[in-house]
Amino acid sequence: MRVFQLQAANVSYNGRRALAEVSLAIEAGERVALVGKSGAGKSTLLNLLYRQQTARCALVPQDYALVKPLSVFHNVYIGRLNRHAAAYNLLNLAWPLPREVEPVRAVLRRVALEEKLFTPVGELSGGQQQRTAVARALHQGGEVLLGDEPVSSVDELQSREVLAAINQDFRTVVLAMHDVALALAFTDRVIGLQGGRIVLDRPTAGLQPGDLDSLYRS
Amino acid sequence: MPRSAAFRTSLWFLGLAAACLLLSDIEITTRDPWFELGRMMRGALTPDFFATEQLASALLHTVAFAATGVGIAVLAGFCLALVFHVGAVRWGCAFLRAIHELFWALIFLQMFGLSPLTGVLAIAIPYSAICAKVFAEILEEADATPLKALPAGSGILSGFFYARLPPVWQHMKTYALYRLECGMRSSAVLGFVGLPTLGFHLQTAFQQGQYSEVSALLYLFFLLISTLRLWVRPRLVPLLFVLAILALPPGMPIAWENALRFLTADIVPAPLRAGALLDAGTLGALGRWMGMLLRDQALPGMVATLLLSQVALVGTGLLTLVFFPLISRHFFGPVGRTAGHVFLVIARSTPEYILTFTFLQAWGPSMLPAIVALALHNGAIIGHLTGRHADAIPRRPDSPRGLNLYGFEVLPRVYGQFLAFLFYRWEVILRETAILGMLGIHTLGFFIDNALSQLRLDRMMFLLLVTAVMNVGIDILSRRIRANLRLTVNPETGE
Repeated sequence: MRVFQLQAANVSYNGRRALAEVSLAIEAGERVALVGKSGAGKSTLLNLLYRQQTARCALVPQDYALVKPLSVFHNVYIGRLNRHAAAYNLLNLAWPLPREVEPVRAVLRRVALEEKLFTPVGELSGGQQQRTAVARALHQGGEVLLGDEPVSSVDELQSREVLAAINQDFRTVVLAMHDVALALAFTDRVIGLQGGRIVLDRPTAGLQPGDLDSLYRS
Repeated sequence: MPRSAAFRTSLWFLGLAAACLLLSDIEITTRDPWFELGRMMRGALTPDFFATEQLASALLHTVAFAATGVGIAVLAGFCLALVFHVGAVRWGCAFLRAIHELFWALIFLQMFGLSPLTGVLAIAIPYSAICAKVFAEILEEADATPLKALPAGSGILSGFFYARLPPVWQHMKTYALYRLECGMRSSAVLGFVGLPTLGFHLQTAFQQGQYSEVSALLYLFFLLISTLRLWVRPRLVPLLFVLAILALPPGMPIAWENALRFLTADIVPAPLRAGALLDAGTLGALGRWMGMLLRDQALPGMVATLLLSQVALVGTGLLTLVFFPLISRHFFGPVGRTAGHVFLVIARSTPEYILTFTFLQAWGPSMLPAIVALALHNGAIIGHLTGRHADAIPRRPDSPRGLNLYGFEVLPRVYGQFLAFLFYRWEVILRETAILGMLGIHTLGFFIDNALSQLRLDRMMFLLLVTAVMNVGIDILSRRIRANLRLTVNPETGE
């Protein structure tokens, strides 16, 4: 089953071409890494994919998109806002409901943030905020996860745990990654971008980190 | 020599104010101005807290009107802010806030008499319009990124309360508290038109020369305002609101037929009341009526209002530049700064109306008391804001001291923000200038008060509309100038 399909897509910002003639198809069950220098068009491509399948995707944006004054609990609960009526959500905002707290606690345990459950997100470190954003996506669930550098501020060991959790929960995963070794370890297809064009698209199996070096040269 | 736009604008305003100063009526008419001021100073040093048994009730009613009016205004303003993008709402609010709360009080006094409704509405209506504008600005500038991570189908309400409101909640609370402080000043001044708040007792005490009573009333008022942050706790707000409503004075029962007559007959222009509608003779008479009012009252009133406010605006600016170093760590140590803070708190907590009233008693009628009062009060407000802004400038260990530090390091860095605050305040100064006419200076308020005392309410209404239109015009002009100079104001504090 096909999840995403782009046919010669172009995107420009203020006259500058961000994506040029991009064609690709991603099937359900694929785990895709988008690699390339910053400015190569990874984020633009992710946003394009998100707009194509908004209802089926959980998103980990590059800037986390967290509500800083709210607690970690409320930020993670945001992933399920669409499952309840507004009145129920408001009640849970004023008064965290035990039946909502428990599942959130379980998700936070998986990203090692359980002890921060009721800490305002604004008081967390960058890495902790990033894990909160991932926890929100895990809590939201669904078929597809789109992540824009979802572990860029997390240390190596935790990165592996977070990526494993993502792979475990979502059938289809598209991640923009700058850490090539991690990308190769947790995905089965690599798409390389350079100057807004796809210059490489092949299975991960058999790739060595050095094979991607050319992407990072100007 | 090329100069910055901010510098050129400042020169323009200075020149304009100098020209206005030549045209305005400034003199001291009392025979011995320092004698009365000396008595006032003696009164200030010997406050008498037991002079009147009504002291407590005056303060209580001042708080009650302020808290009820501002409470309603914050709620209504929040709702209006959500639909502020609608043109009719935006223009409606611009019009409502262009009419000063004291003028609103005059209108409602005609409709509801000395009922508590008069005082509450006089504060609630213009304040709702101001809150709507500021809350809309706060929401507009808020960080909107959390919205993009909401799962599809989250619903508008859930999205608003989870992702849109929390980032601005603190900001809105701070602004609401600031509004309450303004509301206390407005409420105090409402006493001058007869409501039983602080101003009522102040006026009586002033007229009897009981300056020890005046100072006692004012000291308690300053205390109340400066401790606002201590007794208005977020959790207590609903309780305070209910208590405020209960503490409103009973007042007179409302005669609804008066309200009806006011709306349907009193404010209808006299020629329309006399003749048949849409008759050529009636319309001609109406034209002559409006022409007469514009020529004899509205225009002279507008000219005086603009002259006075222009001088007051520049006076405010000059005083600000003197005041802000008083509270800045660049210039004074802890002791000096504390003294500076006390001075600025007193000057900005005393409403312009009361300051003008005080100087009028000492110097006699001319534009001078109003100019000094407006410059002092507004200079203290902007001086406080600019001083805080100046303290955010990092200090180099090798930076110069004193005047060199002021001229070369601090002033250039705060000047843009200072101008932004000043132009933001322009509309407020103009509104206030019009009002001061009620104290006998020939600005618009003078003619409005005159029409009222002759019970020509149609003329009062017409002049009020003229005043409102002028204020809206100045608001638009000041926004243009700020946009041209690329100045932005932090609405939390810039009013």
